[in-house]
Amino acid sequence: MSARTKGVRKALLNGAGLLVFAVAVFPVLWMVSTAFKPNTEIFSTTPRPLPAHPTLQHFDLVVNGGIAEVPFWVYLRNSALLALGTVLVSSLLALLAATAVARFRFRFRTTFLIMLLVVQMVPIEALVIPLFLDLKRLDMLNSLAGLLVVYIAFAVPFAIWMLRGFVAAVPRELEDAAAIDGAGPVRTFVAVLLPLVAPGLVATSIFSFITAWNEFIFAFTFLDDQDRYTLPIMLQFFFGRSGNAWGPIMAASTLLTVPVIAFFLLVQRRMVAGLTAGAVKG
Amino acid sequence: MLDTAPAVRRRPGRSAPSGRARPRRTRRGPRYGPYLLIAPTVVVIAVLMFWPMVQIAVMSFQKIGNRQLRGEPAENVGTANFETILGDPLFWQSLRQTVLFAAVAVTATLVLGTLVGLLLNRLGRRMSRFVAGGVMVAWATPPVTAAIIFSWLFGTTGGLVNWLLDLLPDALVGGGWSDYNWFAAPLPTYTVLTVCVVWQSCPFVAVSVLAGLKSLPGELYEAARVDGAGPWRAFWQITFPLLKPIFMVLVVMSVIWDFKVFTQLFIMAGMANRDAFNLSLYAYSEAFGSLNPKLGMGSAIALVLTAILLVVTAVYVRVMVRQGETA
Repeated sequence: MSARTKGVRKALLNGAGLLVFAVAVFPVLWMVSTAFKPNTEIFSTTPRPLPAHPTLQHFDLVVNGGIAEVPFWVYLRNSALLALGTVLVSSLLALLAATAVARFRFRFRTTFLIMLLVVQMVPIEALVIPLFLDLKRLDMLNSLAGLLVVYIAFAVPFAIWMLRGFVAAVPRELEDAAAIDGAGPVRTFVAVLLPLVAPGLVATSIFSFITAWNEFIFAFTFLDDQDRYTLPIMLQFFFGRSGNAWGPIMAASTLLTVPVIAFFLLVQRRMVAGLTAGAVKG
Repeated sequence: MLDTAPAVRRRPGRSAPSGRARPRRTRRGPRYGPYLLIAPTVVVIAVLMFWPMVQIAVMSFQKIGNRQLRGEPAENVGTANFETILGDPLFWQSLRQTVLFAAVAVTATLVLGTLVGLLLNRLGRRMSRFVAGGVMVAWATPPVTAAIIFSWLFGTTGGLVNWLLDLLPDALVGGGWSDYNWFAAPLPTYTVLTVCVVWQSCPFVAVSVLAGLKSLPGELYEAARVDGAGPWRAFWQITFPLLKPIFMVLVVMSVIWDFKVFTQLFIMAGMANRDAFNLSLYAYSEAFGSLNPKLGMGSAIALVLTAILLVVTAVYVRVMVRQGETA
């Protein structure tokens, strides 16, 4: 192959790469761009990719009230509380279970692993009906606590699945060495295992965070009062009520989306490793 | 890859790190240690996932409406819910739309995702990382936002897609696009839904395929090239057979995700638009959609959906067990 055809081929490949990049990013860019456009530009008959006269008026409307009866930061707080709670509890549960699975051989170990697989495939959309009744009986509907418990259950199976690879990768000898030096099981866990699986914990945490942050149906079904709404519910509510106010809708969407994308990009490579770990055995 | 330490990972007969400081020959740790560690998870999953599954099965034979929600005991109605569903044309329409959507969306996702994965593998290192980062953006977007963005792109006033279609020559795409409403009938609604869902799920396929490709030995392709095989043959004779396990898992997961898609359709079509229902939306609307909730009926539909997905899940679990994932 001549150097020239090689160069052409490379240019073609890079062109295709840029096209894929553009298609993947464009809808999100369009959202952000619309959020900064004044209304005259949003509804212009010749749409332009970037705002000619960028404005913060839509963000101002979203953040400083006017789209709902409750201030924006209440939704943000609700979403953040749920996401952080889900991350903390599910990471703890997952770390314990992942240690069990990666470090011990015990009866029902395989059963437990298969259960994790099956549970990840359960259509959680179907569970909304019985869980609605259960929480109603416990008087936990319309409360963030009830929702938190449900999110934890959804986040834990995947978190264990992902974390077990990280735990398994920590050399057993390090723990043995700590034990010989007189460290008890708790100390060994905290001082040896924990720092080494920390990167894995970060990756699984992001995943749990996104599960809770993005969740829609359960929050939509369980929550009644506006001051309990999470961001996605606020967004849906606002979208349903003023379907054509694209400026504020896109501003609110931007506020919901940007944190998730930032987190995602932060840990993307580790996360991918976790997702695909062991899919092909070397 | 994370599974780089299989030798360290599973050494049968060795006991727990939670034993005493002495060499741990005793069976103390292993006996209940691991059970204590998994106990909280098992409780959470049993109470919040398995028990509700049982409840769905029980409730699908009951009538649960406003009176039952006020505290009266549920009324057993035998198979009446299922008879009602099977006699309801809306059920069959929802089922058809669910299956068709899944077929189209899964095919498109896998084909496009695989192509992107192959492309990422061919690109230079920095370019590959750059494009992968962009692709991640689509993956990370919350479903609610994605649905709203695509509603806006395909909107009637100021929507970008209608504007573009109007610019194209009428002979090619027809005229009068400027105020075309994509959400007035099921077929155009599902077209937008497909674009939206495929856009979001391709990245996962692409990245998984890329990870798989990276694990393949390059010599095989060298040999294929020497033998004169083009990229098409190289893919079907080398890449596909070797990555078959990955593709199996990706197909199963995509089928499950696309079968039960809810949030995006809910945002785009809403519950008033009964013609555009899929099974998830149909179940939800029966259960919660009116002032006269029918949670028993909703459960019956959810049970049908779950039963279909259970078959798919069984295939998935079998593949995973065969690959030694649960070892």
